[in-house]
Amino acid sequence: MEKFDKLTSVAAPLPLINVDTDMIIPARFLKTIKRTGLGADLFSTLRFNEDGTDRENFVLNKPAYKDAEILIAGENFGCGSSREHAPWALLDYGIKCIIAPSFADIFYNNSSKNGILLIQLPQEEVDKLMEDAERGANSTISIDLEAQEITGPDGGVIKFDVDAFKKNCLLNGLDDIGLTLQKVDKIKEFEARKKIAQPW
Amino acid sequence: MNETTTLYDKIWNSHIVDKQEDGTCLIYIDRHLVHEVTSPQAFAGLRKDGRSVHRTDLTLAVADHNVPTTNRSGVIKDKESRIQIEALEKNCSDFGVELYSMNDIRQGICHVVGPEQGFTLPGTTLVCGDSHTATHGAFGSMSFGIGTSEVEHVLATQTLILQKCRNMRVTVNGNLPRGITAKDLILAVIGKIGTAGGTGAAIEFSGDAFKSLTMEGRMTVCNMTIEAGARVGLFAPDETTFEYLKGRPKSPKGGAWELAVNYWQTLKTDPGAKFDEEVAMDASEISPQVTWGTSPEDVTTIDGQVPNPADIEDENRRNKMERSLEYMGLEAGTLMKDIKINTAFIGSCTNSRIEDIRAAADVVKGRKVANGVQALVVPGSGLIKELAEQEGLDQIFVEAGFEWREAGCSMCLAMNADKLKPGARAASTSNRNFEGRQGPGGRTHLVSPAMAAAAAITGHLTDVRDLD
Ligand code: SF4
Repeated sequence: MEKFDKLTSVAAPLPLINVDTDMIIPARFLKTIKRTGLGADLFSTLRFNEDGTDRENFVLNKPAYKDAEILIAGENFGCGSSREHAPWALLDYGIKCIIAPSFADIFYNNSSKNGILLIQLPQEEVDKLMEDAERGANSTISIDLEAQEITGPDGGVIKFDVDAFKKNCLLNGLDDIGLTLQKVDKIKEFEARKKIAQPW
Repeated sequence: MNETTTLYDKIWNSHIVDKQEDGTCLIYIDRHLVHEVTSPQAFAGLRKDGRSVHRTDLTLAVADHNVPTTNRSGVIKDKESRIQIEALEKNCSDFGVELYSMNDIRQGICHVVGPEQGFTLPGTTLVCGDSHTATHGAFGSMSFGIGTSEVEHVLATQTLILQKCRNMRVTVNGNLPRGITAKDLILAVIGKIGTAGGTGAAIEFSGDAFKSLTMEGRMTVCNMTIEAGARVGLFAPDETTFEYLKGRPKSPKGGAWELAVNYWQTLKTDPGAKFDEEVAMDASEISPQVTWGTSPEDVTTIDGQVPNPADIEDENRRNKMERSLEYMGLEAGTLMKDIKINTAFIGSCTNSRIEDIRAAADVVKGRKVANGVQALVVPGSGLIKELAEQEGLDQIFVEAGFEWREAGCSMCLAMNADKLKPGARAASTSNRNFEGRQGPGGRTHLVSPAMAAAAAITGHLTDVRDLD
């Protein structure tokens, strides 16, 4: 997993609530056996017309936001399926951070395991960032994970919370499995106890 | 200290392998279901790092999302689907995981197969790379969907790094009125609390309306807890649960069965235990439910009408509603009963079990599918299909003009050939009405099996109670 430390980028506004995983990446694109290449179909239905041409009014199709690495979105972002293809598609496209009032649980976990930082902020602060983001190419914001700070386009600073364990993994690009395998003795002990207590 | 705990607390506490200072726990996973869509990258990860599957005996794989539901004698035509199924077969054989592949009678939707085989047991932790894993909570199993990185983590370590959910309880007391099913019950709950209402929560279902449900009905309820945003849905195991599990291929046998039942009987919330949130409803208020929009919370009763965005104060919600109605091609104020459909889908891990198929067959018997409607029945497993055929239910459907298919996910998520065409409108027993879920441009109305059958017969959304 790539480390996440600091990020400065244009932020793209996506003022929709309940953006679900089928919107992020429809099921017909899940037939891959790889993790890469999904960015081409990110937000497929919102982003493209039926004939495959760009929908001009979709935010990531506007020149100012083409290279955005940050998304500002409405509440309950990422609801729906457990497909990790959703964060893979976002990451493959180049999105590294999403700011919203709330996220769906599984999506939240999947994202941090892939090095995407999800920042949950109160609605008013998201509204403010959303307004800033509407200003297009001038909407550059900076994120500092170590300091847990977002610096807005006008220099205002917003603090954010992040779970300590996830922060550590993101900052250091740590692989969970490696960490857990260090505890293999505890796992074996647990299994031995369980075998006696619940032999079925 | 003598603390009172909830059912969820009990299962959580008994699976802690290690606890960190910040409260994050390493939780032992007792059962892992694997399918072809969310596992290839996980197995690839194991290979890359030279790791093995820690407990093959606790892992069961089944091909379900991609499989064709028509004739299976040849090869799968769609190349990518075929590659995924073949990758699953190779991965399971390389890593020693038991697999029910396409031509095994036990094959079916993973969440139907687990309980049917007795793989799902009370008091266990069970995961699968699929959000509807919540289904297994019907047995009092702490079960939830995970992503592919976590699938790899469980394969390699039989554990997950987790944070505890908050406790929520939904109580519905009273008797369910005639014609009201588990599906109506859970849709009504989602309508009340919203698709994010259960975020971060484990929901325990209590009250006599839930308790009176069969295991099939309980599975329908738990299946859709994820549509309320909750991670886990739970029923306390009881006689109905034990009765269902007894004698299943993977259920405990002999002396172990007695021991297990003794333990399972202790799995209930202590009187007086505190929930972080409580929601209560009365069963007598519930009518047949049907969705009008593109989120499961966009639900109303069959005698209701399409809502009007102008009535919504909150701007975000108003915009979302306008967008939904445009996608669904619906006008505010239209009576739900006047909405014409051209597809009826009876299937998915929500409603493809024998009881669902019987309920639909009851409605269909002696009637004909309306002109211009394509109607499908896709049983949840090969064994359910076989049982339904023994009961002659397939004949009832075929005579009425339904298609009787092989088991799989099918039109629930349209990864195989079963898709809605753009603009097509379905009465569907599945669980998600998201944009494009059942095929690009397809429009979904979520309903119970009896209601889907009724719509197939009349050609429009229909109150099944009007058909008797
Ligand atoms: S039937 Fe639908 S919801 Fe259930 S596992 Fe298959 S795709 Fe997922």
